[in-house]
Parts: sequence; structure tokens; C-alpha cells
Amino acid sequence: MSLTKDQVQHIATLARLQVADAELVELVDKLSKIVDFVDQLQAVPTDNVTPMAHPLHMVQRLRPDEVTERNDRDHYQQNALELRDGHYLVPKVIE
Amino acid sequence: MTAMSDKSTQLHTMGLAELAQGLRNGEFSSREIVSDLLGRIVASQPDLNSFITVTADEALAAADLADAAIAQGNGPALCGLPIAHKDIFCTRDVLTTCGSRMLENFVAPYDATVVERLANAGAITIGKTNMDEFAMGSSTETSYFGPTGNPWNTKLSPGGSSGGSVAAVAARLVPAATGTDTGGSIRQPAALTGTVGLKPTYGRVSRYGMIAFASSLDQAGTITRSAEDAAMLLQAMAGFDERDSTSVNEPVPDYRATLGQSLQGLKVGIVRQHFDAGLDEQCAARVKEALRQLESQGASLIEVDLPHLDLSVPTYYVVAPAECSSNMSRFDGVRFGYRAKNPVDLMDLYCRSRGEGFGAEVKRRIMTGTYVLSAGYYDAYYLQAQKARQLISNDFEAAFAKVDVIAGPTTPTPAFAIGAKMDDPITMYLNDIYTIGANLAGLPAMSIPCGFVDKLPVGLQLVGPHFAEARLLNCAHQYELLTDWHRQSPEAYS
Repeated sequence: MSLTKDQVQHIATLARLQVADAELVELVDKLSKIVDFVDQLQAVPTDNVTPMAHPLHMVQRLRPDEVTERNDRDHYQQNALELRDGHYLVPKVIE
Repeated sequence: MTAMSDKSTQLHTMGLAELAQGLRNGEFSSREIVSDLLGRIVASQPDLNSFITVTADEALAAADLADAAIAQGNGPALCGLPIAHKDIFCTRDVLTTCGSRMLENFVAPYDATVVERLANAGAITIGKTNMDEFAMGSSTETSYFGPTGNPWNTKLSPGGSSGGSVAAVAARLVPAATGTDTGGSIRQPAALTGTVGLKPTYGRVSRYGMIAFASSLDQAGTITRSAEDAAMLLQAMAGFDERDSTSVNEPVPDYRATLGQSLQGLKVGIVRQHFDAGLDEQCAARVKEALRQLESQGASLIEVDLPHLDLSVPTYYVVAPAECSSNMSRFDGVRFGYRAKNPVDLMDLYCRSRGEGFGAEVKRRIMTGTYVLSAGYYDAYYLQAQKARQLISNDFEAAFAKVDVIAGPTTPTPAFAIGAKMDDPITMYLNDIYTIGANLAGLPAMSIPCGFVDKLPVGLQLVGPHFAEARLLNCAHQYELLTDWHRQSPEAYS
């Protein structure tokens, strides 16, 4: 199955990736090849097969709902890109 | 010249066990080891580019502390032994890039459990190794920091994604390094560089602080030059960690204690499908010689079937990108990592930070994952792949009802040229045909050197049932007693 340029652009938008025009052409080609390749799975009979949820068939472990982490905000924010008063700054969202 | 200085000129040739012994006997100091290796690392960088960050000052300071502890008769199992960490593991106050522009300036605020446990066991971090960007690749060529060379021939790739770690171990820059393996990223590069690579059972080693790629497949492991060294390193790394929700609470056996067991009566499964078309004939010959050597030690070779082997690569390339697209969504240019300049609005900030911060292969995988998870395609791709995954896992279960371990090739060919497979993702993906199954089924597996083809190393892969790491290490150690493939080193780095 060959993907169209529009489809690939839509996927890029869903994935929040800006893709340059030249890159888009290459992605159409390579993603189409990858989708073709994984399409061979469609032919596998799997009617009575339960999809795997965990390689060891474990279920999610639960823990008591207690605070276990101390507040270490200043330390974590040393990697912050733009801060004001301990808040992360982004472009204005609401006019 | 004293015996001490003779030995100290050969420090780089020694593995963990030998170095530990020498340190305890006072034959040399940790500072001598670290200084020697730092010199080798700096000298090798132009050709190998196996390190992204070298922590020389911290390593020398830690070596002095280790020497003081050893002098007082103290010191845990790995005291004073330098190792390198794949740059996917968070290291507190040290750059942790994951091979990506996205994290070019990221200084981890905490240690990964693997890093913490190895430090607690006395190991010294000498630096962080190069890798495919976010571990997505099989050649270390997708690193933002440039490709790593294969010490056996620097025009060739060392494989990937743990290419920096294997190159560093193969070139005698460090005795051991950590790696991670999502589809073969420890075993394939180990095979292509003549090193010993072990991927433990899913959940055996904590994933906490290990930057996630595909969370149901990712597992941390070891790269060393012998099975015994792998046992020493795994001993320190393995075990339950409440900070990893998929960590398994199973007792950790003494891995070194069973290395000496005989292979008499061991049932070794040979997979019919492994020797089909696609496997280089000379690699097949080396693997068959290794199998005969196991047989000569009393192991019996039993043919088994993995009928769904062909499905493992397409299954992986649905499951792994799907999980990748979800994990990679945390990199949004808001709190840490790369941020695009002068965004016009929030959407522009997200899209350009990600578009500029991620490399081509990472974007392809994010988009493949986004596509297979998108409305209308989920059942056809992701659900179908998880069903195929169960079939692949069932095949292994049936095989392990008959045999104790499965042995076969790690890779279809020896090392390939840098640049040779970058244009065709499918050819690159098929490199992992023999390794991916163990990830899909969560099984422990390792690659050990089993000979050469045209002066390039070939790997023998051993796969075991869940939690059979000790059996794999025993089998590998017994094989190493019969051969000296694991002791061969690239001429330029001997």
C-alpha cells in the first residue's frame, strides 16, 4: 500500500512534527515501504489468539496511594528552557 | 622493572575479574587503571568516536576513593573498576544525550537505577557512550554526534544501537559497559565487534532512569569480554526495583557460582529456520563449528521449530514504533530538551522543536507508530501485531519444553560498511531477524564471539527461558574455556 503526500502530512501533524517539503517526499517513500513490509501481518490467521499484554503475563503492580517523592522542583528545573517564578513559559495560548 | 609496572602496561587487556583480583592483591591501583584507559579513550576518539562524554575528573576522584577503600581491606565487588554507560542511562549532574540533538544539553537530575547500583557496587563511571539516536537504529549512524567506528575496521559500523559501548569494550578502552536491547541493540553490536553481550529477561534489570524507546521491549544489559565479567556486572544490576512498574520481584541467583557446571546433558535447540536463506554461508559455518564444540562437551543438539520467525521483524516494526511514538511525545520543547527559536504559537513550538530536535530515523519511527495507532488502523496493525507477538512467544514456549537453550547465529552477516544500509530502512531492520524474537517474548539472550569471517568477528546467540541468565552464562563460560575467540582483539587496539 502506498501512502499519499496528504496522508503523510496528516500523520506528521498528529505526531506534532514539522516536516520540510523535501523531507516529506522522502517520508512518503520510506513510510510506504515500511507499511508495505508490516502489511504481511494481515495474512496471519489470529482468530483465536489473545493479543499479548505483557511478555511475562504480569499484571500492573499497585502501591498504596501515599506521597513518596519529595518536592525537588528547583533541581529539576535546572534543565528548564524558559522560567518565571518557577513556572515554565510557552507562547501565549489565550488572547 | 618491577612486576607491578610490567602488569600496569597491560591493564587495558584485562577484564573485570582479572582487574578486581589485581586490585585486591595490590598489583596496581584503580588510579593507574583509570589513567591508562582515559589516555586510550582520548587517543581513540578521532577514529572510533565511541564516547559522547568522558568524565575524567570524576573518574579519577572516584578511583582515589576506591584505592583508599581497597587499602583498608574494604570495597564492594566492583570496587575501583571503570565502566562506561550507554548515554541512554540518566547520570546525575552529567550530560545525558541519548544520541540526540533533542537532549544535547540535558543534564540528568538523577541516576538511573542501573547507574546507582553499579556505583554502589564500587564501579567507576569513566564516560557515556555513543548510540543510535534514542536507541533507534542498528548501526550507531543515527547518532546526532556522528557514527562510531568498528575497532576491527573503522570504515565499518560496529552495529547498534549500543555501538559506542561495544566499540569501547572491543578496543580495550574499558573492560565493560552497559547497553540496552530493544530488538537486538546489545547482541547485534556485540556480535559485530567480537564482544560478549547479554540481554536479560524483561523486568530482570530496572528500566528506571533509562530513557524509554519501546517500554514493553526495552531491557538493560551488559557488554564485556567474557561471560564471567558479564556475570559480575549483571549481579550488581539485577533485582527488583519499585521505581520500575514492570520490574520483576524474583530472587537473583549467584551468577558466578554456576559458571563451572558441565554441559553434560544440556539440551541445545537448533532452529531449523535460522539456517535458511539470508544467513551468510561462512557465518553459518562458524556457528555450526561452535555448536559442534558444545556437543563435544556433552550437550545434545536437538532440532526445534520457530514457525513464526519470519513474523518477528514486521511484528516488531509495529509494536516498537507504536510504543516509541507514545514515549517520544514527552519531548515537546516545553520543560527540557531542545526548543525551536522564536515560535509563533504553541503548535509551532511543538512541531518545530520536534521537527528540528529529532533526526530522520526517529521521525520515521514516530510517524510509523502514529500511523499504526491512528483511528481506523489500530485493530489492523497494533492489535494484530500483539496477536502475532503471542504466536511468536508460543513458539519459544513450545521449543523450551524440549530444550534448555536455543543456539544459533546472532546476525545474518558480519559487520557492514558505514553508509551501506542507510538508504533502505527495511534492509537495516532485517539485520535484527535473529535477535528480535527474544525481545518480543521477553526472553534472556546473549551473543558470544565464535570465530571470524574475513577477519571480522561472528557471534553465536544463546537464548533461554525466562530468568535462565545463569544457564546462558554457564554455557557461554564453558564455550569460552574451549576457544579463545573472546580473547582476540583488533590489531590497532591490542
